[in-house]
Amino acid sequence: MEALLDRFISVDSPIHCLDLRVKLLATVGFIVGNAAAGWRMAGLCAAAAAIDAVDQRIRAVAGFGALKRSFIALPFMLAGFSVVFATPGREIAQWTPLGLDLRVTDAGVVRFISIMLRTWLSVQMAILLTATTDFPALTHALRHLKVPAVLVSIIAFMYRYLFVLVEEAQRLLRARASRSAVLPGQKGGGGLLWRAKVAGNMGGQLLVRSMARADRVYMAMQARGYRGELLTMTRHTMQRRDWQAAALMLLLLAAVQLVGRV
Amino acid sequence: MPIHHDNSPPPQAQTGAPSILVRELNYRYPDGFHALRGLSVAIAPGERVGLVGPNGAGKSTFMLHLNGLLSGEGEIRIAGLPLSKEKLPEVRALVGMVFQNPDDQLFSPTVFDDVAFGPLHMGYGEEEVRQRVAEALAAVGMADFAERMPYHLSVGQKKRVSLATVLAMGPELLVLDEPSAGLDPRGRRQLIELLDGMALTMLVSTHDMRLVDELFPRILVMDAGQIVYDGETSAVLNDDAFLRAHGLEKP
Repeated sequence: MEALLDRFISVDSPIHCLDLRVKLLATVGFIVGNAAAGWRMAGLCAAAAAIDAVDQRIRAVAGFGALKRSFIALPFMLAGFSVVFATPGREIAQWTPLGLDLRVTDAGVVRFISIMLRTWLSVQMAILLTATTDFPALTHALRHLKVPAVLVSIIAFMYRYLFVLVEEAQRLLRARASRSAVLPGQKGGGGLLWRAKVAGNMGGQLLVRSMARADRVYMAMQARGYRGELLTMTRHTMQRRDWQAAALMLLLLAAVQLVGRV
Repeated sequence: MPIHHDNSPPPQAQTGAPSILVRELNYRYPDGFHALRGLSVAIAPGERVGLVGPNGAGKSTFMLHLNGLLSGEGEIRIAGLPLSKEKLPEVRALVGMVFQNPDDQLFSPTVFDDVAFGPLHMGYGEEEVRQRVAEALAAVGMADFAERMPYHLSVGQKKRVSLATVLAMGPELLVLDEPSAGLDPRGRRQLIELLDGMALTMLVSTHDMRLVDELFPRILVMDAGQIVYDGETSAVLNDDAFLRAHGLEKP
């Protein structure tokens, strides 16, 4: 679980040293631009090259882990597979599974590859951000960028207690598994409905336990003087190199946008 | 994040007043369960008191009253301050409450943030907060863990950091709920030595009778929402019949 969630890679790199606001804005700017723009292949390749240039050192340290995390976007990529058949264009192949008449078009294939590349690029940027910025710093960046305190608190708590919730769920699953015995010659496991009911009850248990924990955490906060806002002493000031990096990022984003439309 | 300070002076305990004074405290949960029944007790400054009793006796309910997290009928004074809505922030600065499960107590992204949480809310300046955090972490032997994330720590380490979160507030008294629960023998021994070295008023709820025997000269035994014994620990630990009657065991 920690390997999946803890993506920060502790190395000394220029990106690590950048002000977290610059990194966060550059990432969000890239992803929004990437999603909104109708880039052509040249733009996508330019963006890929730009990320690759800054990402190499991080990936050298992260190794297979970073590659593995890239697959998180795979389900979203596959969801876009239908465009292969749905986009009007020149027919390049025909497929008739289960009596369906599916026609693959050239425009559909190009569009699907474009979706795959854009999704992968956005994920790469997000991985780069989380590999170079630890989670507490990310939440501080959000506050610096005037994201409402309550929203930042919710994000921070979600991250903090995700581990605890997963452990709780694992305990429930272990308890179920330890009593899921089958006698020789008997069909075990119960019916589908019964199993669904058990799973539903476990989900309910998890919800109730989470709510009870939320109450206890809130009491612990109140006991130490909590009055509605999480305070911290982490101060961040923009240095000259941060402004330079922000300007460079802006130029790069604009350049990628321009090239993408060529 | 921006820093907010209310610049109010730190709370002052009244000299000579008991650390805890409770008179005729009654509390019913919303479902009607009568958890505390006319509970009265006084604990002097510097006293160390163990709070024992079977599950459901009302120990945790009582302790939650000391910080104003629950409010029943009756009188509560902490270091001479009445536990009223107006005085609640001051009282919370005086009562260092540590919950049983450290995952409930440690909610911040880093150990430093968690230990700084209390002093920041008390309105101390940055230097003061840093100093308090450093001293509190040093006191529990966790000075090197300030930048670690709490969920990466062992249970024993989490318990020690939990203690630091309230020590940093400079409390008048420590209220601990099951501090030795879930600790291995080494962690338990370290905790005992840690608590033994602290010159603070302590009220510690526990089922660990050996801990009580070692650390607390005075014991409160609770059962069914009442204090059924308040006196010397050594006397009650030798009374087998009494211990059995109230679901307790000799250490």
